[in-house]
Amino acid sequence: MTEDRLRIGFIPLVDAAALIIAVDKEFAADEGLTIDLIREVSWSNVRDKLNIGVFDAAHLLAPVVIASSLGIGHVKVPLVAPIMLGLNGNAITVSPQLYDALASAAEGDLADPNISAKALVRVVRERRRNRAEPIVFGMTFPFSTHNYQLRLWMAAAGVQPDEDVRLVVLPPPYMVDSLASRQVDGFCVGAPWNSLAVELGVGRILHFGCEIVARAPEKALAVRAAWAANRAEIMPALLRAVHRAAEFVNDAGNRDEVAALLAAPHRLGVAPELVRATIAGELRTTLGGPVRSSPYYMVIGRDGATRPDPAHAAWLYAQMVRWKQTPPATKLLDAAIACFRPEPYDAVFGNPVASPDLPLDHIGAFTGPPFDAGNIFGDVVVKLAMPRPS
Amino acid sequence: MQSAPAGIARALLSHMDPTLKIVIVDENPIRAAILADGLREAGYTQVSRIEETNNLLARIYTLDPEVILIDLENPSRDVLAQMFQVSRVVKRPIAMFVDQSDATAIEAAVDAGVSAYIVDGLKKERIKSILDLCISRFNAFARLQNELERTQTALSERKVIDRAKGILMKIRRINEGDAYTLLRTTAMNENKKIAEVAQAVVTAEELLK
Repeated sequence: MTEDRLRIGFIPLVDAAALIIAVDKEFAADEGLTIDLIREVSWSNVRDKLNIGVFDAAHLLAPVVIASSLGIGHVKVPLVAPIMLGLNGNAITVSPQLYDALASAAEGDLADPNISAKALVRVVRERRRNRAEPIVFGMTFPFSTHNYQLRLWMAAAGVQPDEDVRLVVLPPPYMVDSLASRQVDGFCVGAPWNSLAVELGVGRILHFGCEIVARAPEKALAVRAAWAANRAEIMPALLRAVHRAAEFVNDAGNRDEVAALLAAPHRLGVAPELVRATIAGELRTTLGGPVRSSPYYMVIGRDGATRPDPAHAAWLYAQMVRWKQTPPATKLLDAAIACFRPEPYDAVFGNPVASPDLPLDHIGAFTGPPFDAGNIFGDVVVKLAMPRPS
Repeated sequence: MQSAPAGIARALLSHMDPTLKIVIVDENPIRAAILADGLREAGYTQVSRIEETNNLLARIYTLDPEVILIDLENPSRDVLAQMFQVSRVVKRPIAMFVDQSDATAIEAAVDAGVSAYIVDGLKKERIKSILDLCISRFNAFARLQNELERTQTALSERKVIDRAKGILMKIRRINEGDAYTLLRTTAMNENKKIAEVAQAVVTAEELLK
């Protein structure tokens, strides 16, 4: 084995695109790197294999980089994200039954998350009055933007996610089946699973993730902090290969090629049209219905999406504190921020030019005051004191 | 197979707890059965299996185990991550078996393709033998499977070669020995396996029918 042969784990999702393209378009080879991509079936596997060194790097949920570094819910192994693979890409999908219930409870356009969240409160109350089972939402992992986006959305109108509804972890490949068999009433998941539920007529896309949070830190290329220190010499080549691939994915002229490469059986193993629609941000929200499109549905390789952002780390940590996954402590906040340091990235690509279009707080949540990394604990205290729906 | 009393005697001798409630989550029924048998032989009396991962957490809470063993090919491993969360549905907290002091144990487990979870507070030493047994049974199963695959490949290759020989004997009007020699020399000349050349003959014959 040569020194520059890397084993990198990934989950078959569209947002592994930059990694897959870096290998399959030989951008990594151009940098003198040989990368073996290894497909995995669970985030737990990816995390554990990265932690113990079976993998050198991994496509990982951005919040897991922080959870692992802080030792929340699992073994403490410091990880860092030298480059991000993508922002956004999730959607909230609900069963036709829940959609109809929300529609009849809504005062206004359900496409507005403020309206839909208020409608959810009414449906929750009605279920409670009728002594019906609580509404169940599926999400992919306790430390995931899927979990935090669902919670942020429903809590905006006063739904207490841990008491008024049930949130359950479901592996993405089981989401659609669970919705079809009515084990869950809705879910928040990445591509291509929302579109699959729509195509099968068992779900309706209620919101794109970017309508809840404009810039959600979704997936990172994660490495062990110790590996980053020991293999510092290899880092620029790895970053250049992934960065070039991310820009290639973003170029609309490459979409057919990217979709074909990602769709291959040993990569994602899904229809190329689904991949293409996801990258283009053009999704049908109902079977045979109109296409809803957003340039921000999934952001890869533009608008600074590949640059690790300490504000994103702080925001993710704030979500963990808000939902009682970890205690509030300045020391922990600092450790979280250290996971998304942009210095190694800037050393390769230069200092970024701030774009005027981006949200000032780097997050752009649909609700609440702008995110203030300097006031996390005050903000969390205010949110915890919010009134419950009666 | 060892009798139950002998197993319990061994359990008592090795200071292990035969009453530990163990759940095996594995969608492969054969591997799950092999592991369950192994644990029972070792003296553990309360071993159950979950093969259906629908409502996995509810099933686990009903069984209320102290040790959970799950295969790494199972996407439902992420469902277990929810057990570490503070949540009203959790009966008792579950912790991952592994920690930093167990680097070799973790690596061996990951290598074998299995992962273990135990209730918080349960001493690691008490389940060390369970995990060791788990690892060896998983490895044995993988070896068996490889062997089976090899046998099956060899079998199907022999069938193809036999068919190709039959075709050549009919078309070229040669005997069986010559048909085989023809396949072998062609394979050597083209730097291919005999089975590959035989497959080409069979395919060609089907096309020309």
